[in-house]
Amino acid sequence: MNGKMKEKQKKGLIRDWIFLGISIIVAGTLMLIFPDKREVITSTSSQFFMEMIWILPAVMILMGLFSVWVPQETVVKYLGKSSGIKGITLALLFGALPTGPLYIAFPLASGLIKKGARVSNIVIFLSAWGCIKIPQELVELQFLGAKFMAARLVLTIVFVIIMGISIEKITEWQNKKTNKTQGSEDNESI
Amino acid sequence: MKLTVIFINVFALCCLLFALYKDKAKTKKALIITLRSFIRIIPAILMIILLIGFLVGFLPENGIAKISDEHSGFFGVFLTALLGAIMHIPSLLSFPLAASLLENGASYAIVATFIVSLTMIGTITLPLEIKELGKKVAILRNGMSFIIAIIIGLIMGAIL
Repeated sequence: MNGKMKEKQKKGLIRDWIFLGISIIVAGTLMLIFPDKREVITSTSSQFFMEMIWILPAVMILMGLFSVWVPQETVVKYLGKSSGIKGITLALLFGALPTGPLYIAFPLASGLIKKGARVSNIVIFLSAWGCIKIPQELVELQFLGAKFMAARLVLTIVFVIIMGISIEKITEWQNKKTNKTQGSEDNESI
Repeated sequence: MKLTVIFINVFALCCLLFALYKDKAKTKKALIITLRSFIRIIPAILMIILLIGFLVGFLPENGIAKISDEHSGFFGVFLTALLGAIMHIPSLLSFPLAASLLENGASYAIVATFIVSLTMIGTITLPLEIKELGKKVAILRNGMSFIIAIIIGLIMGAIL
């Protein structure tokens, strides 16, 4: 399983570098065809490159530290049994700390549901994982400014909590409805 | 140098020193992970940076601003949310892309919607999400994320 994952990652890496090579060739050709655009393209790209390179090592170090210090077992241990405000806070926190793309979190979330975690907390956890990660927020601060970052962070937290609770209510209500018509055999179908 | 850059680097450095003080072996492991993910993300970063250069170079002057103005209302935000939902790029890279759109005249509403929709909705990974979490939760989560991306964008547009 682990070997397979590594193999897949390696393939992905090679594919990314091939894509990059193709992009550079296409970019070079386009710049040859449109020499008047060369100036603006290179200056824009190098400006963004500089902005990125000044913060990227720091951001990546933070991601590395979080991934070792907040292992998935810890998340499962604490999030599985918490509810109420404590559950919501933990879901936000544990979503915002670990790193990796969102799809890594799906099996984790599925394990949490089997352990009896509330649907609201799972949805909040997944949303926090997707869009309010601390290293991501730092990149947002760098590129979009403090006001933008803070406003989006607050709004996202508020709406994500509302969404989590609504989805839980909807699934509960639907489960009740099917229970009434079918008896209470399989309300654990999730 | 920008204050933000100093803040981010000092923050990371403090965390790193604290980690070293706490547990050297674990920190070493973390730094190896850092190096590995660094190598993994470099091609994607360079591609996005090239893409931004070409976006700015080839879109007509104020082209984005014009589109953004013409569809500044609900429709523009709706289209942006759709675009963000379909695109599949590392979320770390959505911010420089969003910044380049903003610099070229896109509205705050558009940019905020794009970020939220891109980071929360995964159309490509939806089959995996359905398999792991069930149809009901997965579809509700993605659907409602789409709606809140639009709401957040509209509020951001109003307050910024």
